[in-house]
Amino acid sequence: MPGPGVNDFCIQAATVNGSGSQSANLVITRALFHMGIPVAAKNVFPSNIEGLPTWYDIRVSPHGYQARKRTVDVLVAMNPATFVDDAANVRPGGAAIHEATMPRYGAAARDDISWYPVPFARLAKERLDAKPDLRKYLQNMIYVGVVAELIGLDPAAVERALRDQFRAKPKAAELNLEAIQLGVSYARENLTKTDPFRVAAMDRTRGTVLLDGNRAAALGAIMAGCTVLAWYPITPSTSLCEAVIEYAERFRVDRATGERRFSAVQAEDELAAIGIVLGAAWAGARAMTATSGPGISLMGELTGLGYYAEIPAVVFDVQRVGPSTGLPTRTMQGDVGYVHTLSHGDTRHPVLLPGTVTELYEDAQLAFDLADRLQTPVFVLSDLDLGMNQWMTPPLAYPERGVDRGKVLDAADLDRLSRWRRYEDVDGDGIAYRTLPGNPNPRAGYFTRGSGHDQDALYTESPDAYRANMDRLRRKLDGARHLVPGPLVDEPGSSTLIVAYGSTHHAVVEARDRLAEMGTPADYLRVRGLPLHPMVAEVIARHRRVYVVEQNRDGQMEALLRAELPGELADRLQGLRHFNGVPIDAESVLEPILAAARPRPAVTARPRQRGRPGDGGPSRDNEGALTGKPALPVRPAGKLTVGSGGVLP
Amino acid sequence: MTLALEKLNRLGLSRDDYRGAHTTLCAGCGHNSITNHIVKALYDSGIEPHLLAKMSGIGCSSKAAAYFVERAHGFNGAHGRMPSVATGAKLANRNLVVFGVSGDGDTASIGLGQYCHMIRRNLDITYVVEDNGVYGLTKGQLSATADLGSTLKKGRVNRYIQIDVCSLAIDLGATFVARSFSGDGKQLVPLLQAALAHRGTAVLDVISPCVTFNDHEGSTRSYAYVKDHDAPVNTPDYIAPQEEIAVDYEPGTVQDVELHDGSHILLRKVDTSHDVRDPIAAMRLLYEARRTGEIVTGLLYANPEADDLCTREALPARPLAEFGVEELRPTREQWDDLMAQLV
Repeated sequence: MPGPGVNDFCIQAATVNGSGSQSANLVITRALFHMGIPVAAKNVFPSNIEGLPTWYDIRVSPHGYQARKRTVDVLVAMNPATFVDDAANVRPGGAAIHEATMPRYGAAARDDISWYPVPFARLAKERLDAKPDLRKYLQNMIYVGVVAELIGLDPAAVERALRDQFRAKPKAAELNLEAIQLGVSYARENLTKTDPFRVAAMDRTRGTVLLDGNRAAALGAIMAGCTVLAWYPITPSTSLCEAVIEYAERFRVDRATGERRFSAVQAEDELAAIGIVLGAAWAGARAMTATSGPGISLMGELTGLGYYAEIPAVVFDVQRVGPSTGLPTRTMQGDVGYVHTLSHGDTRHPVLLPGTVTELYEDAQLAFDLADRLQTPVFVLSDLDLGMNQWMTPPLAYPERGVDRGKVLDAADLDRLSRWRRYEDVDGDGIAYRTLPGNPNPRAGYFTRGSGHDQDALYTESPDAYRANMDRLRRKLDGARHLVPGPLVDEPGSSTLIVAYGSTHHAVVEARDRLAEMGTPADYLRVRGLPLHPMVAEVIARHRRVYVVEQNRDGQMEALLRAELPGELADRLQGLRHFNGVPIDAESVLEPILAAARPRPAVTARPRQRGRPGDGGPSRDNEGALTGKPALPVRPAGKLTVGSGGVLP
Repeated sequence: MTLALEKLNRLGLSRDDYRGAHTTLCAGCGHNSITNHIVKALYDSGIEPHLLAKMSGIGCSSKAAAYFVERAHGFNGAHGRMPSVATGAKLANRNLVVFGVSGDGDTASIGLGQYCHMIRRNLDITYVVEDNGVYGLTKGQLSATADLGSTLKKGRVNRYIQIDVCSLAIDLGATFVARSFSGDGKQLVPLLQAALAHRGTAVLDVISPCVTFNDHEGSTRSYAYVKDHDAPVNTPDYIAPQEEIAVDYEPGTVQDVELHDGSHILLRKVDTSHDVRDPIAAMRLLYEARRTGEIVTGLLYANPEADDLCTREALPARPLAEFGVEELRPTREQWDDLMAQLV
C-alpha cells in the first residue's frame, strides 16, 4: 500500500444547485473508477432547482469502503454562502480549493489546512469562448481540472469520463474538455501542492460497474416481467420510475409496429398509483409502483384492501425524511415499522431489505415472485442513499431462472377440478388459488372485496368466517418468514453483535474492520426481510450485547425485534441510531461500541471532528463494558453466510 | 322441454345468465331498477360474461356490481378508488369489458380526482353513476351532486352548489356523456348498449331516487320531482353492428352516431337543435337546465373517434397479462451491452 493520503480520502464539492456541478462531479468519480481506484459518490442536495447549497462527496478507498466519511479531506469550495461552514468540516492537514474571490474569515481563515485559491469566475470569463449563461457550468469543469492536477488524476481517464458524460453532445464535450485543461494548467502554473492527498492507479474496479440503486431496482423490475407501472413523482423514487420507463422503451417497444409491451401511467396521486397496480395485478399483469414515505401514507387504505382481497402488488419505498417540507431530499430509514403493518386492522406485509445495489436488483425480482406466490402486496425498502447515489457493484447478472407466478388456475385447470373456492386453503400454507378475469371457464368468476367474505368470496359478516379467514392469512404470512431472504450473518465468535439492515450496512462493514483492528471485534447480522426469519433470534441468542444500528430516531427495527424476541433476548438489544438526514458514517457505529467496550469508567468517545450542523452521531450513549475478551480473528468482510430461505419452490 | 322456448341472445345465453346475487338494497331503490336495465343491456348486446369486469367503489350503488352477471369477475374497491383499479385491470387485459358502477358520493366527492383523471385518460369503461344526491349507507347525508336548495328529509337545506358530473365530464374532454333516469328503461337500456360499444370513457349519470332518505318533497332527486322535471333532449335507439338501420325519419329529426365497433346510436331529437357532437351545445343545455330546474336526459355528448387509453399507450392487441417473462426480458446480448455501458 502506498503512503498515507494515497487513494484514501474524501473530496467534497460544495456548490450551488442548478450550476451543473453534478456533471463535473461525475467526471471526477468516473475518472477515479477508470484508474482502478474504488470510489463511491454521494450527493447531498436541497429540495430546490437552483440556488441552494449542495454537496457532493467523492470517497476513494483502497478497501472499497462506500459509506459516507464524516470529515472532508479535500474541499472544493464554490459556494460563498457555505464557505465558512464547509471549511470548518475539513480535517486538520486537509486541503481546500476555493474561488479566490470569496472572503476568508472564521474557519475559512484557519491555518491548519492547505489553501488553493483559484479565480474560477475570471478564468471562465476571460479564457473560455462561451456565452455568459454557460460560464457557471464551465467553472465547475475548471475545478475538475484543478482537482485532477492536485491529486494526480490520469488525464486519459479524465478525458474518457468526460466524453462518456457528453456522449450525445460532442460539441459540448470539446468546450468542457477545454475548461478542464484550463484548470489543469492554472493549477500547474500557480499552485504549490502542500497536502498529502493523491491517487495512484490500482486494479480494484475491474469487473465492477458504477450504478445507483434506483436503476438497479428498475432493471430488476424489467427482468421480472413487470408490465404495468403506475406512479406519482416524489423524490427520491422518481428516478426509479423514470429508469423503468427508459429501459422499457429500450427493450419493450416493437421497432416495426411501435407496440409497447408495458404501460407506465403517471397517476394523479399515490392513491391512484396503488389502485392501478392492484387492478392490473388482479387482472394478471405484474405491476409495481415506487414512492417514498409520504406516498406510502396515501397508499394505506388500498394496501390493506390488497392484503385482505389477496392481490399481488410490488411497492418500492425509497425512504426519505418527513412529509411536506421535511427534508425531502435527505435520507432516512424511517418507514420500516410503518410499512410492515401499513393500513388498519391486522395487516402485515412482507418487506425486503436490500443493503446493496446488487441486492436491490435481486430483491426487485424476488418481490414480484413473492407477491404472486403470496398474493399480497410486497414492499422493497430502499432509501435515498442507496437509491440515488453511485455505488460500485459487480455487473448485474442475467437471471438464470424464469419467474414464479404463484397459484393461478386457468380454464383447463378448472375443468380438471371438481371444486374450486377462491379462498380455500387447499395446500395448508394459507395460500388459496386464484383465477384471472377473462378466464372462459364458467366457474372462474368471483367477486373481490375486503375482509368480509367467505371461502367462496361471497359477502358475509359471519364471525366464524371472518376469524377463519384471518387465521388463514396469519398462516400465509407466517410462511413468508421462510420465503423472504434469511439474514446475512458473519459470526467469528464475538459476544458483541451488530444488527443492521439496508444501506446502514456500508458503515457497519467499515466500523467492524476498525473494531477488529483495535482488538474488539463484533459479529454481524444483517436483516434482509420481514417477517423476521427464525435465524435472527437464533443468532441473537448467541450474543451478550446486541447493537441495533439504524437511521431513525425511535429504533423502528429494534421495536420490531423486541416485539418478536423473548424478553430475555430483547433485553440484550441496544439501539444505536443515526438520524440527521445524511447517510450514516463508520464513526457513528464505532464510537459508542468502543466506549462501551472499554472498562469503566468509560472513556468518552474520541472527540468528534467538527461536523456539519446537526451531524450529531449516535443518539444514545451506551453504558457498560465488555471486559478482557481477547481479540478474535475476523473473517474478511463480504464473506457472509446466507441464511436459509429466499428460494421459492 | 321449456328450455327450447327460452329466449337466447347471440351467444346462446339466457337473460338469467346475466343475473347476479340477490339485491340487499331497499325495496323501491332506483339502483335495483338500474341493475335490471344493466342486465337487459348486457344480455341484448351479448357481452361475454367471462370478459366482463364489474368494478365498483363503496356505497349503496357500489353494492350493485354484485347484483348482475354472477359469472363475471367483480371488484368492490375502496371508496372513490374504482377508476384507478379499473384502469389497472384494463391495462393488464385490454380484452376485458370494464363496467363500473359508482354513486354520487363515490364519484363526486371522495373519488372526484380519480373520476376526472379516468376521463382525461379516456379509459375504455362504461361508468354508471347511480345518482341519488344522498349518502345512503351512512343514513342520509347530502352528497355533492345534491342541488342547491334541495332539502334533506328533516328539512335541512343544501347551501352548496351541486357538482354536475356530466358538465364536468364534458369539460374534461369526456367522449361519451349521457344522463338518464332509473325509471326510464326505454331510454337507459339503449344508452347502456351504446356506452358498452363506445371505446372510451362512457359516463352515464343515472338519477336514481333513494326511497329511504331522499324521496320527500323538497328533494330534487325524488321520484315525483324527476318525473315532473325530466326533459329528454333525444330518444336513443341502439343498432347493433350487423343490424340494418330500418327507420323512417324526417330529415333533421334524427342524429346517427356510429360507434367504434360499427354499431350505431340513433337519436330521435326532441330538441332538434341539439347536436351531440358539439360539446358547447351540450354545456349550454346543462347550464340552462340548471337555471330552469329541469333534468336534461338522453345522450348529451359523444366523440367516438377519440383514442382510448390502451390505444394511446400503444399496447399490443394481446393482453399484457398474457406475455411470458421470456417475451419481456431483454436478450442476453442486449443485457451485456447495457452492463458494458454502466461505468
